[in-house]
Amino acid sequence: MKAKIIITPKKAVLDPQGKTVQNALAHLGYTDVTAVHVGKYIEIELGPNTDPKKAREALDQACYKFLSNPIIEDYQLEIVP
Amino acid sequence: MSIFRFAVVQFPASNCDQDAVHAIRVLGHSADYVWHKETSLGNVDAVIIPGGFSYGDYLRTGAIARFSPVMQAVRRFAEEGGLVLGICNGFQILCEAGMLPGALIRNRSLQFRCEHVFLKTVTRDSPFTRSIPDGRLLKIPIAHGEGCYYADEPTLDRLTSNGQILWKYCDASGQTTDLANPNGSLLNIAGICNEARNVAGMMPHPERACESILGSEDGRMVFESMIATLRPAQKGATP
Repeated sequence: MKAKIIITPKKAVLDPQGKTVQNALAHLGYTDVTAVHVGKYIEIELGPNTDPKKAREALDQACYKFLSNPIIEDYQLEIVP
Repeated sequence: MSIFRFAVVQFPASNCDQDAVHAIRVLGHSADYVWHKETSLGNVDAVIIPGGFSYGDYLRTGAIARFSPVMQAVRRFAEEGGLVLGICNGFQILCEAGMLPGALIRNRSLQFRCEHVFLKTVTRDSPFTRSIPDGRLLKIPIAHGEGCYYADEPTLDRLTSNGQILWKYCDASGQTTDLANPNGSLLNIAGICNEARNVAGMMPHPERACESILGSEDGRMVFESMIATLRPAQKGATP
């Protein structure tokens, strides 16, 4: 079982990295791109006997307290077999 | 003259710890390192969280350092009213620890900026700014890639109305222009304090500007403000 966590900068927060990647994409001809957001992907491996519901609750806390900074970032958490 | 004891916290990959200790000693006071695994600060009068790249800046700047045992001691020290100054990475750590509001993100330019900047002191009503003469600009170096101060609008409003913004980036004439902002910080913020005013963070490095041979002595005024604050406090504490 795995937890997949995607962390992205909040829309209101300046994302110079996303903007720079967008500009580079435009140079390559991808002119239809309206915005790019660069974030992080974290994969957490869990033991086979883990209760998915409990794991989600615990990791949701971990995402909020530690893995993301809620002032500047949003996260999506997914538990997969 | 009383000699005050400063604790300078050392994390793995702190790299301005020696500068901070040196600066305090140049000012005639005592400074000692406190390792991040310590659970107590010992008998100290003030704490400096120095610059660097604690824990390799992994995950986010300051995100891991915040959980180290010494930070629990720093938190207790601050809750009891002790003076805590976070410089550069120290500022980032204090924000991650929730001891200061907001967050520091990647510079707007995406560049690591390493240069002298001018700072305008917004209020002298703090233990970190009280000895800075009115209207005097500080010329102090910065050296960071992630120093863009961000907070949501209600937080910024609160910082402004409570007088928690201590320093803003400005040009040589004291104008807080966009051009003088080296990293994109909102409201040109270079340093703030908490509501209780005993915890402050700043991205510029005052410890690198305490001797004329280094090009500026303006950083002294930040530490001298802390020392001036400690003086009456100590007098009151002695029976």
